Amino acid sequence: MSESIFNLTWLIPLPTALAFFAIILFANPKKRLSSKIAVGGVIIAWILSWAVAIMFFVNPEFTEQPFDLAVPWIPMGNIVFHMGVAVDAVTAGMLFMVGFVLTMIFIYSTGYMSFPGHLDPEKYPDAAKEGLDPRYSRFFAYISLFATGMLGLVVADNLLMLFIFWEIMGLCSYLLIGFWFDKSYPDPKQITPKAAGLKAFLTTRVGDVLFMMGLIFLFIHAGDLNFQNIFANQEFLHELSTTTVNLPFFGAVTWAGLISMLIFWGAIGKSAQFPLHVWLPDAMEGPTPVSALIHAATMVSAGVYLIVRMSPLFSAAAHGGSGVMMFVAFIGAFTALFAATIAVAQKDIKKVLAYSTISQLGYMFAALGIGAWVAAIIHLLIHAFFKSLLFMGSGSVIHGVHHGHEHAHAHGHGEGGHEEYFDPQDMFNMGGLLKRMPITGWTFIIGGASLSAFPLITAGFWSKDEILAHAWADGHMAVYWTLAAGAFLTAFYTFRQIFLTFFGSPRTEAAEHAPESVRSMTWPLVALAFFALFGGFVAVPVDFPVVGGLASDFLAKLMEMQGEFYGLHVAPARFDWTPALISMTLALSGIVVAWLVYGWKPLKAKQSDPLRRWLGPVYTVLENKYYFDELYYFIAVRPTLWLASFFYLFDRGVIDRIVNWVGAFNRWLARTLRRWIDEYIIDGAVNGVGLVTTWTGAVVRLIQTGQAQNYLLILLLSVVILLLLIPFGS
Amino acid sequence: MTVPLSWYLIFATALFSLGFFGVLSRRNAVAVLMGVELMLNAVNVNLVAFWRYLTPTDLSGQIFVVFVFTVAAAEAAVGLALMISIYRTRKTINVEEINALKH
Amino acid sequence: MVGQILFIFIAVVTLLMALGVVVARNLFHAALFLVGVFFGVATLFILLEAEFLAMAQIVIYIGAIATLIVFAIMLSRGMMGKHLGKYNKQWYFAGGAMIFFFGLVSWLLVKMPFAPVSAEAPADAIQQIGSGFVGHYVVPFEVASVLLLVALVGAIMLARERNS
Repeated sequence: MSESIFNLTWLIPLPTALAFFAIILFANPKKRLSSKIAVGGVIIAWILSWAVAIMFFVNPEFTEQPFDLAVPWIPMGNIVFHMGVAVDAVTAGMLFMVGFVLTMIFIYSTGYMSFPGHLDPEKYPDAAKEGLDPRYSRFFAYISLFATGMLGLVVADNLLMLFIFWEIMGLCSYLLIGFWFDKSYPDPKQITPKAAGLKAFLTTRVGDVLFMMGLIFLFIHAGDLNFQNIFANQEFLHELSTTTVNLPFFGAVTWAGLISMLIFWGAIGKSAQFPLHVWLPDAMEGPTPVSALIHAATMVSAGVYLIVRMSPLFSAAAHGGSGVMMFVAFIGAFTALFAATIAVAQKDIKKVLAYSTISQLGYMFAALGIGAWVAAIIHLLIHAFFKSLLFMGSGSVIHGVHHGHEHAHAHGHGEGGHEEYFDPQDMFNMGGLLKRMPITGWTFIIGGASLSAFPLITAGFWSKDEILAHAWADGHMAVYWTLAAGAFLTAFYTFRQIFLTFFGSPRTEAAEHAPESVRSMTWPLVALAFFALFGGFVAVPVDFPVVGGLASDFLAKLMEMQGEFYGLHVAPARFDWTPALISMTLALSGIVVAWLVYGWKPLKAKQSDPLRRWLGPVYTVLENKYYFDELYYFIAVRPTLWLASFFYLFDRGVIDRIVNWVGAFNRWLARTLRRWIDEYIIDGAVNGVGLVTTWTGAVVRLIQTGQAQNYLLILLLSVVILLLLIPFGS
Repeated sequence: MTVPLSWYLIFATALFSLGFFGVLSRRNAVAVLMGVELMLNAVNVNLVAFWRYLTPTDLSGQIFVVFVFTVAAAEAAVGLALMISIYRTRKTINVEEINALKH
Repeated sequence: MVGQILFIFIAVVTLLMALGVVVARNLFHAALFLVGVFFGVATLFILLEAEFLAMAQIVIYIGAIATLIVFAIMLSRGMMGKHLGKYNKQWYFAGGAMIFFFGLVSWLLVKMPFAPVSAEAPADAIQQIGSGFVGHYVVPFEVASVLLLVALVGAIMLARERNS
């Protein structure tokens, strides 16, 4: 009976995929029907994934031989590549979270995607009358496809399939960030959704190319990409960690080290870790459900999931003397603190959450880097619940403020504010919203408390504490203190946000008139708040005083048992008063400091951030995100643009002129010489020169002509160069 | 079996090069498509020759040729349909004028 | 010896016809040359003892694809203005590059140490191909059939006259 449920695993990504096709092919003109199809599809997927996940949870003996169902896919010479689905403890945990969060966000989106403020209602009279986004159906088609990507990634039993779904998600992310591609801002420096989508796509591409290289190397060595075949095979991993390869600049590195490093770069790109973090904050240009879904709960955590999957390889690499685990820990811890400092000085409600996501993902990578992968996966699951809650809460706030703004205008309150651009995402335009939007407010506070690791009663405390406890117990003091400092800042910026948004008195007309959101938006908040509070009780350490005996740590146990199958031995960190007290104190003091600054004496309208006064230039640096965008623009984007325009000018100015000049010269030569020498001979020569001229022109003009045949010719030349490497290379 | 393997391979290379030349330089889109067919045929000759000389007992080479047939048929059908469609909207099938990518 | 002479004859004729495909100014002539090339390749398949493929080559390529191309040419007569040359601007360079490519690849192929085995071709080749399609290669086979279906529907959708 129980085994047969697992046979349904391959069905999990299917309902949303069918919903995608049904919407784009048939239901596109009918907006309400499209959203019903999408929600129906995701609910079926949710039921299936919970059936599989719970079946796994109640039968822990499956960890000894995880379920794998594969079919032969592509026979290649002697190897037959298998594609299929697998269920182990990590998959089960992810399915539990992903299925639920997806459903909540789909339901929330049906309410959120009302007619957007930046569009002119007269241009879209039908959509405005319905009160729905003109591209409502398309939105649901995209998020259904995204859901397919995420569910497929989780159930995939091999890295190639994982990579395919990974890229499907990347595509959906691009499409959804740029969903309001016709939106523009009065400030030309503010990034538009269209540009943000492109930026996200191109930045993650850097990581994905390296990831693919890692995959290819792994496939060359293993002849297979199935997780269980590769990672439960100790001999193979040992061999990989002892054979070395010589690289330019780096010298001899083990194959395990090289492959895990390359794959880790894929995770850096997808999970927006330093130095490829720049795309995630700008991705907030997408609709808020997208931020909650893709850029908080699921896609960005896919990078962590990938490294959890690869953990056996990473630990083998570490045994082989490679520093890749230390690199992971360093990147994670550094990003955790770095992003937290930026979050302190943001004024956009979603940007704060975006940096907080980067920072929390940094915690997970730090945990992976110190070998505490159980803590990482549990923090990943719990973070997904409370962070999607926070994002959806912020979306509800933005909606409320936006409606309040329209309401104030309709009644003629907002005198003088007509011409001014009003930003409904600016926290300094809010205040006192708890009274206007009680459900959103209280659930947001629960989510915020969970994010700041409010001791004992929130889920975030248990999962984050686990990471800190591991760092302390294993003696990674630098990691511990970096993360602890990050924890203080986390509590501070979270409660700064809460005090600015929900407490004090309204600072604008819009905030004063903000209504509570519709029920399809508030109910998912309540459901997620439940997990943000109590989800942590699956991972309470047994030896924690008092509470430890009452709750259970079954999920952590399950993960540890699963680790044994993959040859990973992670002992749970023994409870220690010192780190626990330090982290509790830091979290609470962060909240208290936030209260002292923003809660005690609430800001008045137009009053600037008191931190700006105290921190001075530091605040400006933080506000500008350490100028990373400017730096990247300077070192990567500008040279590219410069090169492109140089070639363009070169083509127009130099080549064309040379061609024309040579042509004219030829004509002159021909005319002059014809008088003296036999015109037949000269004609031939002139034609020859003309031929060479045309030929030169044609060669140099090959760059960027928009003609497929030119591109193909360049492809041929590249192939020829590669072929020349065979005899002359090495 | 008096013909050496390399003869077949060189024949296939020549056929492939001619086809690729057609693809690269013909103006008419239908002629480009014919070039593609030549290239696919060259690949087929290679596959069959390798099968016959290197692995005569394993018929994978022949089976792949059948897949190439399938792809070629699909490509020809879609390619020609595209051409007719493009001709209707743009009144040309000169490959040089089909450069909407640039704009 | 007979085999070699036969091969050279077929190869030269086929390559000449392939040359005809890419140089013929009249597209209809090019299509007829293409049929010749398909036929030449089919005879090479027979020389290689792949009779099934030779038959399939004739049925699919000559029977279907070449016919399709001829139809397309007939339907789109007058598509090209007469004033246009048959080649685009890059043809000199493309030709040079192709000759170089041919020389390079042939040289590499001759140098490459292949190890031919002199075994008889299996007598039940057709049977084995058939069971390969429903056994080892069943998924690619199904995917190929879906591809054909998609191409069929797509071609109809693309080429159909829109009433509006």
